[in-house]
Amino acid sequence: MSEISNNYINLVIKELDLVKIKIAESISVSSIFFGGGTPSLMEPSDIGRVIKKIGDNFDLTNKTEVTLEVNPDSVDKIKLQRFFDEGINRLSIGMQSAVPKVLQTLDRTHNPENVSKVVNWASEIGFKQISVDLIYGTPGESKEDWQTSIEAALALPISHISAYALIVEPGTKLAAQIKRGEVEQVDDDLMAEKYLMADQLFTKAGFNWYELSNWAKNESHSKHNLSYWLGENWWGIGPGAHSHLNGERFWNVKHPNSYKEKIELNQLPIADSEILNKNQIESERLMLSIRLTSGIETKSLNEKQLNNLAGYVDSGHLNHSDWQRGRATLTLDGRLIADRIVREILL
Amino acid sequence: MPAISIAKSPQPAATAPQQIRNFCIIAHIDHGKSTLADRMLGITGVVEDRNMRAQYLDRMDIERERGITIKSQAVRLPWRSGIDGQEYILNMIDTPGHVDFTYEVSRSLAACEGAILLVDCAQGIEAQTLANLYLAMENNLTIIPVLNKIDLPAAQPDKFAEELANLIGCKPEDCLRVSGKTGEGVEVLLDQIVKQIPPPVGDPKAPTRALIFDSVYDSYRGVVTYVRVVDGHLSPRDQIQMYSTGVRHEMLEVGVISPEPIASNGLGVGEVGYLITGVKDVRQSRVGDTVTTYNNPAKVALAGYKDPKPMVFSGLFPLDGAEYPMLREALDKLQLNDAALVFEPESSAALGFGFRCGFLGLLHMEIVRERLEREAGLTLISTAPSVVYNVTLDDGKKLVVTNPSEYPDGKIAEVYEPIVKATILAPSEFIGTIMELCQQRRGVQKGMDYLSEDRIEIRYTLPLAEIVFDFFDQLKSRTRGYASLDYEPIGEEVGDLVKVDILLQGEKVDAFSQIVHRDKAYAYGVSMTGKLRELIPRQQFEVPIQAAIGAKIIARENIRAIRKDVLAKCYGGDITRKRKLLEKQKEGKKRMKMVGRVEVPQEAFIAALTTDSDKASEKKK
Repeated sequence: MSEISNNYINLVIKELDLVKIKIAESISVSSIFFGGGTPSLMEPSDIGRVIKKIGDNFDLTNKTEVTLEVNPDSVDKIKLQRFFDEGINRLSIGMQSAVPKVLQTLDRTHNPENVSKVVNWASEIGFKQISVDLIYGTPGESKEDWQTSIEAALALPISHISAYALIVEPGTKLAAQIKRGEVEQVDDDLMAEKYLMADQLFTKAGFNWYELSNWAKNESHSKHNLSYWLGENWWGIGPGAHSHLNGERFWNVKHPNSYKEKIELNQLPIADSEILNKNQIESERLMLSIRLTSGIETKSLNEKQLNNLAGYVDSGHLNHSDWQRGRATLTLDGRLIADRIVREILL
Repeated sequence: MPAISIAKSPQPAATAPQQIRNFCIIAHIDHGKSTLADRMLGITGVVEDRNMRAQYLDRMDIERERGITIKSQAVRLPWRSGIDGQEYILNMIDTPGHVDFTYEVSRSLAACEGAILLVDCAQGIEAQTLANLYLAMENNLTIIPVLNKIDLPAAQPDKFAEELANLIGCKPEDCLRVSGKTGEGVEVLLDQIVKQIPPPVGDPKAPTRALIFDSVYDSYRGVVTYVRVVDGHLSPRDQIQMYSTGVRHEMLEVGVISPEPIASNGLGVGEVGYLITGVKDVRQSRVGDTVTTYNNPAKVALAGYKDPKPMVFSGLFPLDGAEYPMLREALDKLQLNDAALVFEPESSAALGFGFRCGFLGLLHMEIVRERLEREAGLTLISTAPSVVYNVTLDDGKKLVVTNPSEYPDGKIAEVYEPIVKATILAPSEFIGTIMELCQQRRGVQKGMDYLSEDRIEIRYTLPLAEIVFDFFDQLKSRTRGYASLDYEPIGEEVGDLVKVDILLQGEKVDAFSQIVHRDKAYAYGVSMTGKLRELIPRQQFEVPIQAAIGAKIIARENIRAIRKDVLAKCYGGDITRKRKLLEKQKEGKKRMKMVGRVEVPQEAFIAALTTDSDKASEKKK
């Protein structure tokens, strides 16, 4: 493993050099996020090399958020300590559920008990920012099961929770099982009830929503995620990674071999790109900012958009007093139909 | 080859009636009439082979695609008889082939002395053909029975020769056998037309009388009127007069079709041709009317003229309200060529501005709608077809209702609804299912006959309203497509009728209102509310759907509010994908009609046109 880790990180570091040449200016990096796949399997020293490289090529500050996605089965306390020492200051732990049968349906193999071990170790080591990911609405998950998972998460010393409704993507094993009738259909009404349950329990425990699927204690918002939602620039490193730079989106080649070939030829491994037009940029801004507590400034909307939204203020899906103060923000009911509301104002 | 060149053939205005034979072809839609007509054009030499397009005479795209003829035309065919060696002029008058155009058919028949009864000898005679045959017999036409498609492996000429012989009272061996496709037997048929069909008879010295049997709008030439001269003479110098309106027109051109229009010196007794007067609207040159000359007008019109009377009404609305002016323009344009189409502006609370349109029947309605969509590029919602109700109120006031939304609530003394006489032909194994259907549709059986051992003719009287409500589709599906239907209006009868309204969120949706028999109101209400519950997507609020007679609710369904319409995750690589997904969903929303605050898909309006059993059978597929 360590050799693979080492070789791969050599390529990543080379890509970072290519990125520096491309950007050609000094920029301050507010967030580094190690995610996608299972980065906690990597050697902590390799992760450290990447952080150092970014620090060498760009500017890091003591406020830079450095997150590592962690599979609960892939680390022990010693390894966590080493990640901490290399500069990781935030952990995002793939908990998904505390109920074994749910994890099984999701094809997640980790032992749910390991989640609390890992979180407690991390806390003892001194990690201040710990987030867990939960998934609700898995076929076969009862409301009680979901409550069990929520309570298990809230019992941990964490600062942030992401809770996602399961999306059954076409072409996945789960989609096939549902189609064959082996696994029951996902019920949207039940999903809605579970969302409401989660929001209620999270809020009671001091976690406030700041994005549709994200709750945080004491303003421990994920800087990284916010950069997506606020339309900031980011660069994705590694095969298949997506980037956004001033209205242009581009993404790397997917296959590790072609990635390696490109890097070794000293080329940025970009597969394709897309330049967003003005309307698309605005549509994305609306689509993303409505998901945040701050919502959309109504000043930025045209008359037709305002008319279309007015009905949702009357029906209680948009907050009435915020509307009068010039912002379109979602109420709890509104959060559940955010896409419907966005479609009304999309350009 | 007994063909003679057109230039050397007897010329228009100089052809003796004894040399003329006027005939038409009576046939069902796919029994090969157009193919046979094309073959006659080829054999008589009026169309050279290399210029032959399949089905030369059917001009409009829709006709060509559907393989049916809507508008008739007349072609002058020169022919030297193989029997007596003399030269003749055969005028082939093409007739429309569908139940909705019975009146036009009757006028085409009135222009002829004979008719070819053309039957596909793999299928046998169909109900509409039979109806047209009876019309031809009433007009005292000489009938030449012809079995077509003898080249087909499935042909049963002996069986169907027997059937035809029974019907028209000839011997089975009198039936000619042809193949329009290969040309076999067509020359013999042309000779028999000369031999069997009598020449036209008329008085060349009498004031001119010519029968209009068709009238077509041409964007370059204005209205082209097809006529058969009965008495007198039409010449290019004449001023003509329409008998029914008394309006005078300058004659710009008179001629014959062979098969392109050729101007001539006139038309004499018995001749068939066209005239152009510069009129821009077919309603000024109506089918069935008599053309006479201004200087020496006829005293008596030719018999049989009728104003076209719409039987079926439906609202047509543009899906996009902004297309209303385009719809008006398209209807205006269509009306230039369709004297039977009537329309007036209508505004619906649910569907916005549109037009209430009257049609001769369901096919006519479908054709008009299809032409509007195709030729004007419009997307239309049509409301369920309605018939004409004559309503007498308690205070003695009378109303004519063609739109369920105008049906009065209560205070009705009596309602009359149109009744038709329906004739159904089918294999005898389907007797039971056909009778069951007719009974369900308030039919009264009037008789039944065996056409041959295994084919029957069943006659019923039925309310027209029951026919327009998917009767034909039901009949076809219950008889695996074997049954054929013909109907004609025979008057009106008192009916115990009520209006069922459909309410969405407590608001009446006029487009869904329907007039039904009282005994069926409950079943209709339950079925409509159930169907709409399936078809209308969940909204962000609860939508109750109710069926009501007046203030009384007879059925209720509920569409629960949508609880969740949001994707949970939206990060880096997902953003573009999610934006595209939302944009696509937004496009889908555009195809919805806003009824009050409720988004109703187009399918919901179409659903009002069909019954449940259709839907059930679709689901099985």
